[in-house]
Amino acid sequence: MRTETPAAPPAGVRVALLVAALAALLLAAGASLCVGAGTVPPAEVWRAVTGGAGPHARLIAREVRVPRTVLAVGVGAALGCAGTLIQTLTRNPLAEPGVLGVTFGAGFAISLGAALGVAGHQATQLALAFTGSLLAALLVHAVGRTSPLRLLLAGTALSFVLGGLSLGMRLTFPDVLDRYRFWSVGSLAGREQVSPTVPLLVMALALAGALLLTGPLNALALGEGVAPALGAHVPRPRIAVLGLVTVLAGTATAVAGPITFLGLMVPHLARRAARGSLRWLMAYTMVLGPLLLLTADIASRVLLPTGEVPVAVVTAFLGGPVLIWAVRRRGAIAL
Amino acid sequence: MTASVPAPASVPVSVPARLSARRITLAYGERTVSTGLSLDVPDGAFTAVVGANACGKSTLLRAFVRLLRPTAGTVSFDDRDVTRWRPKAIARQVGFLPQTLTAPENTRARQLVARGRYPHQSVLATWSPEDERAVDEAMAAAGVGDLADRELESLSGGQRQRVWIAMVLAQETPYLLLDEPTTFLDLAHQYQLLALLARLRDGGRTIIAVLHDLNQACRYADHLVAMREGRVVAEGAPADIIDAALVREVFDLPCVVVPDPVTGAPMVVPTP
Repeated sequence: MRTETPAAPPAGVRVALLVAALAALLLAAGASLCVGAGTVPPAEVWRAVTGGAGPHARLIAREVRVPRTVLAVGVGAALGCAGTLIQTLTRNPLAEPGVLGVTFGAGFAISLGAALGVAGHQATQLALAFTGSLLAALLVHAVGRTSPLRLLLAGTALSFVLGGLSLGMRLTFPDVLDRYRFWSVGSLAGREQVSPTVPLLVMALALAGALLLTGPLNALALGEGVAPALGAHVPRPRIAVLGLVTVLAGTATAVAGPITFLGLMVPHLARRAARGSLRWLMAYTMVLGPLLLLTADIASRVLLPTGEVPVAVVTAFLGGPVLIWAVRRRGAIAL
Repeated sequence: MTASVPAPASVPVSVPARLSARRITLAYGERTVSTGLSLDVPDGAFTAVVGANACGKSTLLRAFVRLLRPTAGTVSFDDRDVTRWRPKAIARQVGFLPQTLTAPENTRARQLVARGRYPHQSVLATWSPEDERAVDEAMAAAGVGDLADRELESLSGGQRQRVWIAMVLAQETPYLLLDEPTTFLDLAHQYQLLALLARLRDGGRTIIAVLHDLNQACRYADHLVAMREGRVVAEGAPADIIDAALVREVFDLPCVVVPDPVTGAPMVVPTP
């Protein structure tokens, strides 16, 4: 891979850091396969994954932990990348993928579906959440398309409205609360009823699309006085970026619940190492997102002896301090 | 260039103009800035646009680079409406540096300059030796070669401005439009920049700059465009058009005009 500026001397450092992050991700994935409620020794897990092992090990490893791990990698990469895209586009370090209304759109759709009694099956929930986030993002884009600031304001306003409406429904209908609660804690577990293939495929395509957008996005990030004079189309890549953020964050939210906080945090962790290159930032966030989510997911399994802590709780728990550390280290000029 | 678009025979043009505005009306929403404005930018010359604040200088430049679409009339380059050019194709001809500039945080000087190569790259572009050379030359010309790996946040206002100028130089366009490029520079750097623009003109480029300092404009520009309230009040060689009456009309400033002791260009000395 060539970088935008080959002359920047520490390109080697960036490669080394990326390799290290990938190695850590592999380790975390391995740990994710071995750690959990049912005790299966690592050797047995390996045999189960490669086709051997007894029925018990095979059930746990292949039916539960492999999908869960793969899902965590996909969701983590999607949220990390979506965060990078939205922060670059809006030029706002506090933007997160949910700012387009995706999170509350999904929550509202699930509440509404539950109130109407159609949110029984996981596949329906997935479809509801995705449709909800898509419609919310479209509405936000329609209102705020003229400028990044209007976009953020429209997203925030719509999020409050949808959040209030869902809260109203949850308080009025107790069974809505039950359905919503399961989704809202954010979890990578218990999603076995639905095959993760379709959401994973969608996220993979969107990630590839994001990598193709770095050129125009680099130009767009210089502001609307410069980008057109450099020959960048302004509306076209912006719409593409918003579309990708919606698909990435919407799918991730539908699959794993509202954990878009990850998308706020991950770019900040990677920004310094990327040394100003959007391509590297994108690559780093696609590795760090999964690494962080996997770590949080493993922690969610072992933190309590009695059961699992929802991964959204752990992500916030783990991510908050990490974000504060990253911001403090960057010094006063950063934000 | 083809001969398929003949210039209208009825309009004799004294200087060849590739970039021109024809009876354009410029407005921000309800507020009209200029009506029926026409201007030919002389090819290969250094044109300075001068005028009081809010006289429509920047707006005119924005129309030239398609940031503002005229509500009537056309801006054309090589006899073709600039809005009908492919964006990257016109961006290889006309470069622009606006007044207000912001870059993403952590951007390094060289990375910013490298973005000037955008119109020369395709979607799957890799960095070419040609890009490398253009960036090196632009940074050397703007005097920022030694700042390559510095983050923009860590530079002084003047250094940052020169990095931006290097970015638009890296675009390697025959036409270069700059909106008040000297604003953040100290006096020495202002003159360095103007000398650089004059050298670029000598090398064959066409320069159009909005300048605030009338004396600098008179000394360095070949062609002066004086604007007031959205209209062109006068245009021509500084020595031919600058006199006390014009300065009073354009800036509401009483003054005497004397020859610059160094260059002989007109020099405006305000009278209290």
